[in-house]
Amino acid sequence: MESEGESERQKSGPHREGDSLIEMQGVNKHFGLLHVLRDIDLSVGAKEKLVVIGPSGSGKSTLIRCMNLLERPSSGKVIINGVEITAPKAPVAKVRQSMAMVFQQFNLYPHKTVLENLTLAPILIKGVAKAEADENGMAYLERVGLQNKAHAYPSQLSGGQQQRVAIARALNMRPEIMLFDEPTSALDPEMIQEVLDVMVDLAHGGITMVVVTHEMGFARQVADRVIFMDEGEILEAGPPEHFFSNPSHERTKLFLSRILR
Amino acid sequence: MVGPFALFKWEALWRDWPVFAKGFGDTILASVLALVLALTLGIIFGVMGSAPWKIAKFINRIYVEVIQNTPLVIQVFFLFNGLPHLGIMMPVLSIGVVGVGVYHGAYIAEVVRAGIQSIHRGQIEAAFSQGFSFTEAMRYVILPQAARVVLPPLTNQAVSLVKNTSVLALIAGGDLMYYADSWSSDNLYYGPAYVTVAVLYLALCFPLASLARYLERRAGAAV
Ligand SMILES: Nc1ncnc2c1ncn2[C@@H]1O[C@H](COP(=O)(O)OP(=O)(O)O)[C@@H](O)[C@H]1O
Ligand SMILES: [Mg+2]
Repeated sequence: MESEGESERQKSGPHREGDSLIEMQGVNKHFGLLHVLRDIDLSVGAKEKLVVIGPSGSGKSTLIRCMNLLERPSSGKVIINGVEITAPKAPVAKVRQSMAMVFQQFNLYPHKTVLENLTLAPILIKGVAKAEADENGMAYLERVGLQNKAHAYPSQLSGGQQQRVAIARALNMRPEIMLFDEPTSALDPEMIQEVLDVMVDLAHGGITMVVVTHEMGFARQVADRVIFMDEGEILEAGPPEHFFSNPSHERTKLFLSRILR
Repeated sequence: MVGPFALFKWEALWRDWPVFAKGFGDTILASVLALVLALTLGIIFGVMGSAPWKIAKFINRIYVEVIQNTPLVIQVFFLFNGLPHLGIMMPVLSIGVVGVGVYHGAYIAEVVRAGIQSIHRGQIEAAFSQGFSFTEAMRYVILPQAARVVLPPLTNQAVSLVKNTSVLALIAGGDLMYYADSWSSDNLYYGPAYVTVAVLYLALCFPLASLARYLERRAGAAV
C-alpha cells in the first residue's frame, strides 16, 4: 500500500526531498479589525512532516486554511507545487485535488455511505471510473481498519471511526499533501489513539503532512519540524528534539509547560 | 323565491360536468407546469443567493424583493397586457403558468436559500477542499442535504401555488375558477358552481397540506 502511494507520487512530480511544496510569502490575514496572520513566511518541503502548535486563537487554523485557500489571505502569496494559487484566476480547484484536508469536525457527507464518501470526489472531480474508485476506496478503508463499515452511514459510526473514514476519503484522492486541522480535538479520549495510529502509519509513507495538533507525543514521533504560533506569528521553529528540550522563547516554554503537564 | 342552492341548479351543474372537468384538468396542468418552473427558478435563485459572488446575490435580491412585494394579480395583468406590446404572444394558460411560476419561484428561492444556509459550513468546505467548484459542491453535497430540510415548506408553497392559479380566471385563463365563473354567469347558478370549485381545490390542496404537515413532523422527530 505504502510503496504504491510512493510510486504514485514519484510519477506525479519531479520532487526530491527538500523541494518546497508549500510556500507562503508575506502572508497576512485580517478578519475585520483582527490581524490574525502577520507576515508569515513559511516553506514546507516535499515529504516533510510539519507540526503546528500554539495556543487557541493564535491563528493555526487560519494558517493551514490559507494553504488550500479555504481562507483567502488579505495579502501575500501562497504557492503550491509551483502554482501561485493566490494569483487571480489561479486553478485553485485543480490544485486542491492534490492536497487533501482532514477537519476537526470530520465533515463527512452525511447523505452518503462511507464508501460513497471516499469515491464521490474521485469519480466526479478526477474522472476515475467507479469500479476503480470503489476498489481503491475499499483498500484505503482496509488500511484504516474500517472495510466492514463501507456501506454504513457516517452517523452510525463513532467519532474515531468517522475521523478514520475522513482520512481514508482524503487518501482516495491520492494527494501529495495532507493538511490536518486538530484531527483529534473533537474526539473522546479513548478514540484519539486509533486516529493517531493511522496518522503515524501515513507519516511513514512519503506524503507531505501539515498537522495542527496538541498531541505532543505525535509531534515528537513523526515531526521533521515543529512550529510554534502565537498571536499570528511563527514564534519558533525547529526539529522536535530541540523544540521540546530547549525552546528559546519564554512564551513557548510557558505553552509547553502547560500542555506537557 | 328560489334559494341559491336549489336542487335543479345542482342538477344543471351535474349535466354540465364536462365544463368543470375541463377546468379542473387545466388547473392541474397549469399547477404542475407552474410548479416545475417555480422549482427551477427557486433552486437557481436560491443558490445564487448563497453564492460567494456579490453580483449573484444582488440579482437574487432584486428578483425576490420585486416579486414578493408586488401583488400576483398585477404581475399576471402585466404579462397579459404588457407582453403583446413587446410582440410576445402566448396562450392565456401559458401566461398563467409563467406568472404563477415566477411568483412562487421567488418564495421558493427564499426557502432554498434558508435550506442551504442550514447546512453546516464544514460541508461546503470539505467539498471545496476536495476540488469541487461552487456549483458542483451545491449539486452533489449541499442541495441533497438541504432537500430534506426544505421539503415541508416547499410542499406548503405547492399548496398556495395551486390556489393561486385561480388568478387565471381574471384574465380569461381557462382554469377551474374561470370555467365555474363563466358557466354560472350564463345561468346565474353561482351557489353550486362556487361550492363545487371550492371542493375541487380542497381535493387538490388538502392532501398536499397534509403531506407538508407529515413531513414537518417527521423532520421534527429526526432532530
Ligand atoms: N471567519 C472568521 N471571522 C472572524 N474571525 C475569525 C474567523 N476565523 C478565525 N477568526 C479569529 O481569528 C483568530 C485565529 O483563529 P484560528 O486561526 O481559528 O486560531 P486557532 O486555530 O489557533 O485556534 C481568532 O481570534 C478567531 O476568533
Ligand atoms: Mg483551530
